[in-house]
This record gives sequence, structure tokens and C-alpha cells, in this order.
Amino acid sequence: MPVKSALAVENLYFAYQSNEVLTDVTFAVAPGDYTGIVGPNGSGKTTLVKLILRLLQPLRGRISVFGEDARDFSAWHKIGYLPQKITAYNFQFPATVKEIVGLGLLSQKSSPRRITPSDEKAVDSVLSLLGIESIKDVPVNKLSGGQQQRVFLARALVHEPQLLILDEPTLALDPDIREKFFITLQELNRDRGVAILLVTHDIGTIGKYASKLLYLDKRIVFYGGFDAFCASADASEYFGPFAQHIICHRHD
Amino acid sequence: MELLQALHYGFLQRALLASVFIAILCATLGVFLVLKRFSLIGDGLAHVAFGSIALGLLLRMYPFYVSIPVVMLSSLWILKLSEKERLFGDTAIGIVSASGIAIGVLFASIAGGFNVDLFSYLFGNILAISRLEVAAAIVLSLGVLVLIKLFYYDLFSVTFDEEYAKVSGINVKRINTMLILLTALTVVLAMKIVGTMLVSSLLIFPAAVALQLSRSFTSTILCSSLVAVVTVLSGIVVSFIFNLPTGATIVLLNLLSFIAALAYKKFTS
Repeated sequence: MPVKSALAVENLYFAYQSNEVLTDVTFAVAPGDYTGIVGPNGSGKTTLVKLILRLLQPLRGRISVFGEDARDFSAWHKIGYLPQKITAYNFQFPATVKEIVGLGLLSQKSSPRRITPSDEKAVDSVLSLLGIESIKDVPVNKLSGGQQQRVFLARALVHEPQLLILDEPTLALDPDIREKFFITLQELNRDRGVAILLVTHDIGTIGKYASKLLYLDKRIVFYGGFDAFCASADASEYFGPFAQHIICHRHD
Repeated sequence: MELLQALHYGFLQRALLASVFIAILCATLGVFLVLKRFSLIGDGLAHVAFGSIALGLLLRMYPFYVSIPVVMLSSLWILKLSEKERLFGDTAIGIVSASGIAIGVLFASIAGGFNVDLFSYLFGNILAISRLEVAAAIVLSLGVLVLIKLFYYDLFSVTFDEEYAKVSGINVKRINTMLILLTALTVVLAMKIVGTMLVSSLLIFPAAVALQLSRSFTSTILCSSLVAVVTVLSGIVVSFIFNLPTGATIVLLNLLSFIAALAYKKFTS
């Protein structure tokens, strides 16, 4: 029996009015895959994520999530999502770490939704996994950028998703915190089999961890392993020959 | 002593009882509205309420029977304008608010000018609340509070991050519609305490005070409710003792609470 894809995107098209943003995008993420989506600004990376999550409707094409048409998909707890816009987080919002992480559990509940004592154990467990259990009663707006990022990752993980979608998760982080963040994701992928789809500008770092690389520039320019990407003419075009040499050989 | 004697008066007991429920209701909804940056909707809907009351008085109908449906429909119009017509929330509120006032003035003029009844709705007259109005205020307040309790986590999630709430499978549109309809109902109820001119203060001030003092979302709602109850009850009592306008006294006590909360935050941080 063939393995069901965690995510399958087929011949996807999208446009903002007459401005075509995505053209004929086709790819799949298998369970346990770690796929990095890279591309220049305005290449359609975030739009692609929003289409997958049904926050936008495609012009044409089909998206399947765990074998089900995304339009009919209701098992949202199978997906964890870490949005890009936490950099625009409302710092006036009064909420503790455990309250925010608890919101991640709502996807597995039906209305009217409640947080139960067993849910609180799940929150404690994911905070412990990410090493932030000591700050569970601290207001999120009192935390550093790196700690906040871990809190939002905890919210994405608390319901034990099978597919984790992250949109530029390390945008506002220092290099050392960024590296730790990628290591955490790698452990989740390796030890828990969580499939990861990660949008990033940081191709050098993602190349070290992702099993597949999708280079998007309104259409798929390249889709395959990092080594194959480095060997391709696309890499030279993307980085320029000098940077290509440095980044691609950094992982040798 | 005079106060203790006054508490035996039925009208004061009714005023205090209805005010507690309405204060908690306003304070709870206010937290969601302030955090969604939609707090001026109370002001806009109160202006619509003014128009609908003028219509009720013109038609010689009990004003609340006209106000409740008109204000609820107007709240949906604000939501539709801001969602579908891509207007900013404050623009949508401004359009509905100005229309409400204009219609009110027009109706008042047709009816032969402003009268005592219309003024009592403009500035509130909680001490004149009837037994029926108290019962209606308690029943409606309890109904709204039960709905907020049932959908507390949905409201919390949508208020914090609408996009993430959608990805969690929450029907964001339905929750926003519910919030705005409950706000409309609350504005009509609260009008009796402080009047249409000051009703938004009951939604905004307690939430603004709580946001200065609280560390968690739950404690913000509790603190906001406490501030609202204390300021409304003390406002009624103080205004009764010193023969001051009740609505204005409540608002000024809320202002004092806000200044005190700002000072407390400054000295403790």
C-alpha cells in the first residue's frame, strides 16, 4: 500500500488580482520529510504556506493534506503552524506562556472548546521538551525574542502534530539562538518523525538540516536534495558563484 | 448613616443590583474589544442607540424594543463594512456612528425637539430603573456571560491571533459576529447607567486599568470586572450622597482608577 503524503500540492496557481504569484507548483511532503522552501522576496513562499493552510483560496490546482482534499480537511490537530508574523506580536496582550501554548490544543477540540487538567499536563510536557518549563507563568511580553519563538513553537507542537509548517521562524533571532532553534527542529524530525516544511531565507543553514530543498520563484525552480542543488546551475544563479562556493562547501 | 438609610430605598437597591451585572458584562467584553483594537465600537453603537431611542419615542414605543434590534443590525453592518468593503474598523464605526446621531437629531426634531426622556437616555438615569428593566438587565447579562464562558477559549484565540485561530479550525467569522452582537446588546443595557454619551467608558476604562495591572489573560478579565463593579457601585453611591450626575461620576471614578493604575505600574516597574 503506498504511503500517504503528509502534504501534496498539484498544479497550484495563485494570483493577487492580475499579479500572478504562483504558477504550476507541484510537490509533496512525505511523513518524516524535512523540506526547506527558499526563494527571493516576493517569490510566493508565504503565499504558498497560506494556501496550504486554507488562509487563501487557490486560483487553480489541488492541495491534499494527509490524503484528504484540503477544502474538506478538518483534522487541524495534525498540523502545527508557526507563523512569520510573531515579529508583529501585540506586546500589550496580557497572556502567560502556558495560556498561549494552551491555545495550540484548541485544534483538537470541538466547540465549545475547554482546557482541561490533562491539557495542562500536555502544556507542561511540551514546555519541558523545549526547555522552557521554568517560564510557564511569565507573561509572553516579558520574554526575549528567542524565548518567545520557543513559546510559539511550543504552541505549534503541543497537540503533537504530524506535519509542522514554519514560515521564516528565525527572522528576528540572533545567530546562536537560530542555530539552537534549527537543532530543536532536527531533533523533532529525527526522534519524533514530525514532517517539517520550513520557509526561510537562510539557505546556508537549512541546507545543513533539510532532506529536500524547494527553490521557489513564483514557480518551482529546483526541488531536490541540498547537494544536488549545490551542483546545479540554479545555485550559482541564486547565490552568485562566490557565495555558492562558501555555502555549499560549508557542510562538506 | 445617611447612606445606610438610603440603601433601604427600593430604587437604590434596584440601581445597585442591575449595575453589578451590567458592569461585569461591559468589563468582560471590553477586554476583548480593547485588545482587538475595536473599543470605539461602543461609542459608535451608543450613537446608533440614541437614534433608535428617538425613533422609539417618536413612535411612542418602549425605546428598548426599538434599540435592541436596530443596534444589533448596525453592529452587523459595521462588521460587514470592515470585512467585506475593506474599510478600517474606525472608519466603519465612524460612518455608522454619525448616521445614528444624525437620524436621532432628525427624529427628535420631527417629534418637536428634545424632551426629558431623550435627555435621560443621553446621560443615563440608573436611579430611575424599573423592576422590569432590572429583571431584563439581569437575565440578558447572565445570558451574555454564559455565552462568553462557553466560547471563552475561542474568543481568546481569535482576539490573540485570528490567523492562528483559523488554522486551529475555529470559525473566526462566527466568533467575531457573536462578539459584536453581544456588544450591541450590552451597549443598550449599559445605556441606562451612564447614557449613550458615556457608554463606551464602561467598555474601555475597566479593561484599560486591568491591562496595566494584570499578567495573564484570565486575571485581566477578573481585574477588569472588579474595577467595573467597584467604580460603578461607588459612583452610584457618591452621586447619590453629593447629588451629582451618576453617569459622569462613574466615568470620573474610572478615570481616577486608570490614573492610579498607571502610577502603580510606573512605580513598580
